[in-house]
Amino acid sequence: MKKLALALAATAALVLSIGSAAEAADKTKVCFVYVGTRTDGGWTQAHENGRLQVEKEFGDKIETPYLESVPEGPDAERAIERMARSGCSLIFTTSFGYMDATVAVAKKFPKVKFEHATGFKAADNVATYNSRFYEGRYISGIIAGKLSKTGTAGYIATFPIPEVVMGINAFEAGAKSVNPNFKMKVIWVNTWFDPGKEADAAKALIDQGVDILAQHTDTTAPMQVAEQRGVKAFGQASDMIKAGPNVQLTAIIDTWGNYYSKRVKALLDGTWKSEQSWDGLKDGILTMAPYTNMPDDVKKLASETEAKIKSGELHPFTGPINKQDGTPWLKAGEKADDGTLLGMNFYIEGVDDKLPAQ
Amino acid sequence: MSIFEAILLTVITASTPLVIAALGELVTERSGVLNLGVEGMMIMGAVGAFAAAQLTGSAYIGIVGGIVSGALFSLLFAFLTLTLVANQVATGLALTILGLGASGMLGEAFVGAPGIRLLPIEIPVLSAIPYIGTVLFKQDLIFYLSILLVIAVNWFLFRSRTGLKIRAIGDNHASAHALGIDVIRMRYLAVMFGGACSGLAGAQLSLIYTPQWTENMSGGRGWIALALVVFASWRPWRLLAGGYLFGAVTILQLHAQAFGIGIPSQFLSMLPYAATVVVLIIISHNRRTTLINTPASLGKAFVPDR
Repeated sequence: MKKLALALAATAALVLSIGSAAEAADKTKVCFVYVGTRTDGGWTQAHENGRLQVEKEFGDKIETPYLESVPEGPDAERAIERMARSGCSLIFTTSFGYMDATVAVAKKFPKVKFEHATGFKAADNVATYNSRFYEGRYISGIIAGKLSKTGTAGYIATFPIPEVVMGINAFEAGAKSVNPNFKMKVIWVNTWFDPGKEADAAKALIDQGVDILAQHTDTTAPMQVAEQRGVKAFGQASDMIKAGPNVQLTAIIDTWGNYYSKRVKALLDGTWKSEQSWDGLKDGILTMAPYTNMPDDVKKLASETEAKIKSGELHPFTGPINKQDGTPWLKAGEKADDGTLLGMNFYIEGVDDKLPAQ
Repeated sequence: MSIFEAILLTVITASTPLVIAALGELVTERSGVLNLGVEGMMIMGAVGAFAAAQLTGSAYIGIVGGIVSGALFSLLFAFLTLTLVANQVATGLALTILGLGASGMLGEAFVGAPGIRLLPIEIPVLSAIPYIGTVLFKQDLIFYLSILLVIAVNWFLFRSRTGLKIRAIGDNHASAHALGIDVIRMRYLAVMFGGACSGLAGAQLSLIYTPQWTENMSGGRGWIALALVVFASWRPWRLLAGGYLFGAVTILQLHAQAFGIGIPSQFLSMLPYAATVVVLIIISHNRRTTLINTPASLGKAFVPDR
């Protein structure tokens, strides 16, 4: 019985591998490694949408295999190496924690090209790409500053890495530009993904008098609590309007598709080069969900701000901005440089929280 | 509503699934079976409850769906460990992994669907008591069930004949078998009760706690429930207290953060676990009482001689 099963499995594997080999002969393989599930409603789903866009555009020339729920750490290196070995020409590794694994595998496979999301380690065959999420958070902040009656917003934060600290600061900077006394309460849940804990944090913030919620976590649970309690909120990574039809003000939507298709095209044309790309609203890598559940004047202000950021007229981090303890950071008119933003490890004035040590 | 009531309400929501799942596991372990698959049964209950509620439009049928899913899933564990005498630890771990994967597959159609919330039931007169009235007597059915279950299980295990038999099996299955008790049958029932409770806890997650379906939404609560059973030294009332202690510290640390008291968040996130360790040390101070309560045959395979 056991032998029969083994024989069957071996035959099946053989047939499968022949099948994929025949297919792969004339198609380029563009592969994806995901940290979560394709249907998480947030971060990974946004990458999956990008993959589907690429497949639609170049479907007759490429194949797009993917691996999902690959944990950051030693497993990641194995998974990426497996992809490289299976004949992928280009591999997108879509989580910050894959950085070292990507670079390590890239050394072993110099002919395979890699693109790592949100990291900062590059090589001849490793490009990095990121999105200026903070531009969207600045707009969210402006809306919150206009709408909040208590002058206090709550922020559900994940881990004290620069990306998240930058998000909190951008939100505060936006809110402060319309309400100089605006305050922010922050709860660190130390997870990207735990609906129950995210909901608990949302409830705690609302119970303490916050009347607007923003989240950096991946699920729609906080939006759902906001809807139940009648508190306005911002969606994250994907449009969360279904979870909060009466309360979502807008959402920062990651739209990786255009970037992916640009890079795949370069690969097919033979013009692919290792680059470090950090695009924003103007490049369409980041879009705002429709501005809803707010008066027309706020809607107008939000759209105008969005247009100004796109045209380059406005940089969200423009001085004068003080650090949390009141010491000056940016002088009047001075703009933050990318290096400082990518390594941000301090709060700006108005954030009512002690930054956890990193 | 005062902040006191608000916090209490959140604590109850956070503690209820832990208490229910742990209570089921307590009965299973009292019969001498260690089922590490609580997390898997819980998530199967969550997806079963969500699916049943979506398909019928009724949160109450959702509850039934959760209980049935959990119980059926535990039957797989019972068959493997009791009939085929597979290793309980390995099978339990496999059950968790299988549950997390299978629930993701079964639930794919329900991702993003707006959930159906189980509405609270107000108990007249009692709900008018100041401070605690609205919190304790304007709750959902699953909360009331959780309290009733603790009372019922406590009575069942320590005051009923069948409960005595279950404890006897858990302490020494060979002697119980010699006395003519059908060890395997009783253990099947105990495992399925555990599965049903885990399923109910899962239903609470997808119908009340966060009325939605998301993969891995149990978020490790099954493991906490497992720890609670040991924490409570297999006594239902201690389990209730432990569940609420854990829930309370979890919620209070979030409030402490929002309040901005300036204690590092990593330290606060650690508090529920630290509190558990401290209480465990206090409880295990007296080794004799701990030994009396621990089922002596826990995790040991039983093959009846024919």
